[in-house]
Amino acid sequence: MEALDGNAIGGMLYHVFGCEMTMAQAECGRCGACGPVAECEVYLGGPGVVVRCRICHTIVMVLVKVREMMCVDLGGLSKLERAT
Amino acid sequence: MAGAALLGRLTWRVATVTAVVDETPRVRTLELEIPGWPGHVAGQHVDVRLTAEDGYRAERAYSLASAPGEPPVITVERLEDGEVSPYLTEDVRPGEAFEVRGPIGGYFVWRPHDGGPLFLAAGGSGVVPMRAILRHRRHSKSEVRARLLYSSPTLEDVIYRAELDGEEVVHTLTRAQPPGWTGYARRVDADLLREVAWPAEDRPLAFVCGPTSFVESVAAGLVELGYAPGRIKTERFGATGGR
Amino acid sequence: MKKESHRSFVSRGFRGRRRDADADPARVPPGQSVTRDFPVLSAGPTPHTPLDRWTFSIENGGVLRTWTWEEFRALPSERVTVDIHCVTRWSKLDTTWEGVSVDTLLDEVDHDADYVLAFCDGGYTTNLPTEDVTGGKAWVVYTYEGEPLDPEHGGPARLLVPHLYFWKSAKWVRGLRLLDEDEPGFWETYGYHMYGDPWREQRYSGD
Repeated sequence: MEALDGNAIGGMLYHVFGCEMTMAQAECGRCGACGPVAECEVYLGGPGVVVRCRICHTIVMVLVKVREMMCVDLGGLSKLERAT
Repeated sequence: MAGAALLGRLTWRVATVTAVVDETPRVRTLELEIPGWPGHVAGQHVDVRLTAEDGYRAERAYSLASAPGEPPVITVERLEDGEVSPYLTEDVRPGEAFEVRGPIGGYFVWRPHDGGPLFLAAGGSGVVPMRAILRHRRHSKSEVRARLLYSSPTLEDVIYRAELDGEEVVHTLTRAQPPGWTGYARRVDADLLREVAWPAEDRPLAFVCGPTSFVESVAAGLVELGYAPGRIKTERFGATGGR
Repeated sequence: MKKESHRSFVSRGFRGRRRDADADPARVPPGQSVTRDFPVLSAGPTPHTPLDRWTFSIENGGVLRTWTWEEFRALPSERVTVDIHCVTRWSKLDTTWEGVSVDTLLDEVDHDADYVLAFCDGGYTTNLPTEDVTGGKAWVVYTYEGEPLDPEHGGPARLLVPHLYFWKSAKWVRGLRLLDEDEPGFWETYGYHMYGDPWREQRYSGD
């Protein structure tokens, strides 16, 4: 399956963070690559959503909906910054 | 109004279909009435949620085809093994409804003050947000130059064909061409881009939308031509056209 | 059947994935519907390990046993026809596969591990009780519907454990790590059920 990008999960991210997040700058904790969430690789993986760094492909975010609760793992990011 | 579209509360609302237009044998446009719709920015999308009697739910994202100021409109391509698109393109009738969340998106958007010149590259249903951008440009009487490179398998698959005739559009038909066709007849490659895209020294703003492989190949091609990567906005649809 | 939130709006006539109306309901676990499609769902890019570098290993800290692709293909294999059930609610009946029974693989090592962790190219993992991958219940398969397993569907080889939800049938499997205690794999860490029995609808931890 070909990866999508952060645009595809704009609604889900808005729901989780309470605001528009596709323009937020995401910095990969592994390789340091920085770019808008909209440009990250997104895999709609079935059980959950996996977001990867476009440069090194390491996982930067995982979003899973368990019953009515969203579980979000941002551990792969070293920075997630929204422009004000 | 544009500010509200980015900061307003994002809740699921009921969207009633007011009209349907069959654009091509597989593509249908749905005009929607959404109470409390806050307005939107060209390039944004909505999430559509369908719930079945037994509680089963499916969600997909669809780009808005209408310009700011117009009612919300989506255009949906029916995918062979789709879950949502067959319902939207074949089953749902005017007067019926589903849930919608939006508008969503702040990256793949264009407002007149963003300037140009605009180079838009669309593969298949990737043309939907481009229609919103072009309509907005026209309504706002923007003087920004815009050119759309639009890749489709055949002429019958071209969405919004009559409307696009009024714009600067370069078509390429990749699978089959009508007799006498003098336009491009192949997938977008480096030579085609060089001939069609605005020159890099004009500092164009590029929007590329369609299947992932189309987007990646065109975006890379534009970088090769000297486009600033920060001035290339990309939006990937699934390999078969949906998201 | 679990009730959905009272706020959901039902769309007339929507039924979900193209369904197989002829399916025998006794073969369909609760909350599932049968499809003829075979959706491709993935957590990452499709790996492409060349066969001359592919190995399958049984490990427990160190490598106990490893097979190259050629050695693996020389092992006795079986053709099986099974039903598969994905936690995202689609089921597919009568899918045929060919591969090596996990019994054949585990018989080659001396162990008393109660659990295994399947590990894969790309880093995916999933955990299973040893009892659930032995006794003819699991295979490492390399053929689907008579053709070499497509990379999109887990080729060259994937785990097949049809009696559990399909996320346990790990794609691009490269081995089994023997565990004394159950340890959550990738999706289990995020809240999916440690065991995953579709007949008891064990989708999430606590079900």
